[in-house]
Amino acid sequence: MSTYQLDATGLLCPLPVIRTQDRVATLRQGDVLSVHCTDPGALLDIPAWCRIHGHELLSTQENEEEVLICIRVRK
Amino acid sequence: MKAVAHIPRTRRAVALISGGLDSMLAARVMQDQGLHVEGLNFFTGFCVEGHTHAIRNNPNRKPRRNNALWVAEQLGMPLHIVDVIEEYKSVLLRPRHGYGANLNPCLDCKTFMVGKALEWMQAHDFDFIITGEVLGQRPMSQRRDTFPVVARESGANDRLLRPLCAQLQPPTLPEREGWVDREQLYGFSGRTRKPQIALARQLGIEDYAQPAGGCCFLTDVAYSRKLRDLWQSRAKRDYDLDDIMLLKVGRHLRPKPHLKVIVARDAGETRYLRGYRKRFTYLDMTSHNGPLTLVEGERDDADVELAARIAARFGQGREAKSVSFQFVSRDGIERELQVAPFTVDEVLEDWYL
Ligand code: SF4
Repeated sequence: MSTYQLDATGLLCPLPVIRTQDRVATLRQGDVLSVHCTDPGALLDIPAWCRIHGHELLSTQENEEEVLICIRVRK
Repeated sequence: MKAVAHIPRTRRAVALISGGLDSMLAARVMQDQGLHVEGLNFFTGFCVEGHTHAIRNNPNRKPRRNNALWVAEQLGMPLHIVDVIEEYKSVLLRPRHGYGANLNPCLDCKTFMVGKALEWMQAHDFDFIITGEVLGQRPMSQRRDTFPVVARESGANDRLLRPLCAQLQPPTLPEREGWVDREQLYGFSGRTRKPQIALARQLGIEDYAQPAGGCCFLTDVAYSRKLRDLWQSRAKRDYDLDDIMLLKVGRHLRPKPHLKVIVARDAGETRYLRGYRKRFTYLDMTSHNGPLTLVEGERDDADVELAARIAARFGQGREAKSVSFQFVSRDGIERELQVAPFTVDEVLEDWYL
C-alpha cells in the first residue's frame, strides 16, 4: 500500500476527474491518492466519481487557492 | 457425468452518456431489461458539461454538478470519462459531412463517438452500444437518412441500438438475438420533449438536466464566431485546449484586425485569466477595481493604449479622467500606463466577437 500524489492544478472539470480515473486505474487496492486541484468543481465531481466506482473518499480540504482530495483505492 | 446447466451470460451494453435526459432514459430502459450497462462520456474540450460556468463568480451558487457523473450515480452504473481532446481535432477541423448551423460537425462527431464506444466495447467485452438519440430530434445527426451513416461509418453497424426510437428503425442485432425485448423499446420521434418527460415521470425520474441547444459550445453562434475569428487571425485552422477554453471566458473584442483584447467579466474570470499571464501581454488595473485584460497581437504603443482604453471602460474608473494600469508584456517587461477610458459609444459594436 503506497501513497501517491496527482497534480491536477490549472485543469477545469472534468479533467481532474479524468486524470484521477486514469491514475487510479494504475494503482492497487488500498493505495492512497492525493489529488491537488484548483477548480472547486472537483469537490463535487471527484467524490461523485468515487461513489460510483466504490473508492473511499478519505478527506477533502479547501483553501482560497487549492482543493486537496484524498482517496483510497478499492478494487 | 452430470449435465452442466448453461447459464446465459448477462448481456452488456455501453451507453453514450451526455448528462441529459435522453441518454439517461436510454440507459435506464436497458437496465430495466436486466442488462448490465456502463456509461461512456467523451470530453472534447467543447462540452457544456464541466465547470466552465464555475469560472464566473456567483457567490450565491455552488459549483454545478457534472451531469454525466450525476446520471451515472442515479442509475447506479459505472461511468468512464474519456479525454478525446486531441483526436477530436480532426473531427472538427475536417468534418467529412460538414457543419450544422454553426461550427457543430454533429454527424462526424456522432460517428466518431460511436466509433470510440465500439473500440471500448471490444476492449472490455461488451455486446453493443446504446445512445439516447431520438429520430428527428436534431437536424443533422438524428435523421432517418443519417442514422445509418453513423452506424456504418463508425463500424458499429447493427450493434448500435437507440432504445428511445428503436421501434421506428429496423431491428438491430441485440433485438434480433433477443438480448433486448423490442416490444419494450420506444418509437419517439420529432423535436417534442413530451414523450421523454412522460417516460421520465413513469420511471420515477424527477431531477434531470435539460441542456438547451445541444451538448457542446460548437452549436453556439457566439462561440462559433469566436472560433472562426481565431482561425482567421492565425491564418490557420488549428487550436489547443487553452485556446478553446479561453473562448468561453471574458468579453472578446477585436478593435483592429491584428489586435485582440479579452476583458474578464468578473472576479472569477479575472482569477481564471491570471493563469494565462505567461502566454499573453496583460493589463492589470491599479487605480480602480477592474478586470484583468489579456492582449494579443499588439504591435506598438498605440495598440497597447487602445487596449487599455477599452479595458478601462469595464472597470470602476469608467467615468474617471484617467485610469492606471500595470502593463506586462509577454516577455515580462513591466511598466505603468495611464489612459482615458473610452466612452460607451467609443467601444464600437463591431469590435465585439
Ligand atoms: S452538439 Fe456538439 S457534441 Fe453534440 S453531436 Fe453536435 S458537435 Fe457533437
